[in-house]
Amino acid sequence: MTVLAAPSTPAPAPAAATVRRAVQSRVEARAGYLFATPALVLIVTILLAPIAVVIALAFTDYQLGAVEWAWIGLGNYERMLDDPVFWRSLANTFIYVAIVVPGSVVFALVVAILVNERKKTRTLYQIIYFLPVTTTLIAMSVVWHFVLNPQIGPIAALLRSLGLPAMDVFGDPDLVLAGLATIGIWQLVGFNMVLFLAGLTAIPRDLYDAADIDGADHPWDRFVRVTWPMLGPTTVFVVVTTTITAFRVFDTVAVITRGGPLGRSEVLLYAMYLEGFQYFDIGYAAALTVVFLVTVVALAVMQAFFLDRKVHY
Amino acid sequence: MTAPSPALKPTAGALFKERLRLLRPDRIVGGLVAHLVLIAGALFVLLPFVWMLLTSVRKPDEVFTAGFNPIPDSFHGVENYGHALNQSPLLQFMGNGVIVCAGILVVQLLVALPAAYALAKLEFRIRPLLFVLVLLGLTVPPQVTALPLYMGLASLDLLDTYFAIMVPFFLSVFAIFLFRQFFKTFPMEIIHAARLDGFTELEILIRILVPSALPAIAAFSVFSITSHWNDLYWPLVVTTSPEHATPPLGMMIFRDQETGSNYGALMAGAAIITAPLVITFLIAQRQFVRGITMTGVK
Repeated sequence: MTVLAAPSTPAPAPAAATVRRAVQSRVEARAGYLFATPALVLIVTILLAPIAVVIALAFTDYQLGAVEWAWIGLGNYERMLDDPVFWRSLANTFIYVAIVVPGSVVFALVVAILVNERKKTRTLYQIIYFLPVTTTLIAMSVVWHFVLNPQIGPIAALLRSLGLPAMDVFGDPDLVLAGLATIGIWQLVGFNMVLFLAGLTAIPRDLYDAADIDGADHPWDRFVRVTWPMLGPTTVFVVVTTTITAFRVFDTVAVITRGGPLGRSEVLLYAMYLEGFQYFDIGYAAALTVVFLVTVVALAVMQAFFLDRKVHY
Repeated sequence: MTAPSPALKPTAGALFKERLRLLRPDRIVGGLVAHLVLIAGALFVLLPFVWMLLTSVRKPDEVFTAGFNPIPDSFHGVENYGHALNQSPLLQFMGNGVIVCAGILVVQLLVALPAAYALAKLEFRIRPLLFVLVLLGLTVPPQVTALPLYMGLASLDLLDTYFAIMVPFFLSVFAIFLFRQFFKTFPMEIIHAARLDGFTELEILIRILVPSALPAIAAFSVFSITSHWNDLYWPLVVTTSPEHATPPLGMMIFRDQETGSNYGALMAGAAIITAPLVITFLIAQRQFVRGITMTGVK
């Protein structure tokens, strides 16, 4: 690395200083290229090239291991329009998102506001609510599957003892998405709570004192007049982050329902997985991937847009 | 919105008023209601953990008759945990998890730290392009590149190896972005001084910048280890034998072996797989929360 050493003797004349600066900038540029090279190589090989390949594959009928394949233009996208599994997966994914996002955001907001007022028990509650974020979702999905088991699970037993019929959450086509969404909310609440707590602690106390003097000292008034408006940017951020996370639901489906019953828990990522890595219908899976990528990028752009505007009242 | 009134310093009067407010009946009721809501929520959050631990020490036949009875009649934990550890190579799955997480993290840091330094402090021509690529990369979920990477690994006959499980994550554009933001705030004067003292750029990076970034590196490590210990999609795609299975895959293999008969052992297995991260979290809570929510507060 000695080639990179900057000249250590300070030059006396101005001309020499210019030379030294030129040498320095050459040394710097060389170091810059050297340091950026591993990252650049990886960006090209495991990020850009694969994305380009996916986009190209989406125009082919390639099946893994097939000797012959052909360019079929928009064939895969046309097939998608007629594919009931695709539409079902898309609809189910949106329903799932539509339950998980409001559920976990409102739940987390309530918890954060209440926890923020606690003094002695604050840390305890924070630990409890954050616990699911740290756990292996696969293992806990197996546990949830058991907890909600209609024959031997505790919830079913509780319902029976109250004289209510036991629910087969993951076996009932009308309940399965709600069941998976419950697990999704359960895993996200602690994460969103921490983000809201950070937003809450950033609200200046003065604002509450001022609201107080204006006569707004009831908790509800304080929430409506100070907390909620001040939490605007945090809320937008939490909503978009949660949407992106929920949109990528896969683990619980793969472990608990495998898309069933009657395809009522098929989601986009699971359909992608099945087409690509179980049926090896690469061309079609690539087209699904492109749809997935476009949606996620659109969400990310929305996020950047909202964050730039800093949604302040 | 009304404009905020001028800032007020808490005066003796204000403090007295604050104390009075705490004693008002609606405050006390409010506090009680708050605790009730928080406890109800906490019960929901803790339910699967509690039930997992209780079931993991129940006798098999009792599992089917227990219903909502929380307290096990007899302690069957030794048998269940023993069964979970003997019946399937859970410890090997966890060892695989350690290898994969460590391998990914080491390469991520080796790639990201120099790149971040170059992006933050060095002038070179393609720097703006590199930064744009990093920002774009931040929006691409890992499932997007899975198909071509799988085909590439298959053609190289590398499927079902540790390398295959790790390789898509060697590049963390998030790490590059995070460390770049961190290095950006580092005073330029110190770097100039170090150059005049004859430090090479590599020495500046290793001996000056990296030590200053240790908190960020620790937080990122938590984030990286948690995500890859828990990741299912990619390991599920490239792993075919139990030999290289990571903990989530191991959990699925174990569940399929048990075929619903031995719930005690199954819950013991879930507890074993979940334990390392949960215990680490309970010990180093603050660092853990910071690491995982880093994505949210960048």
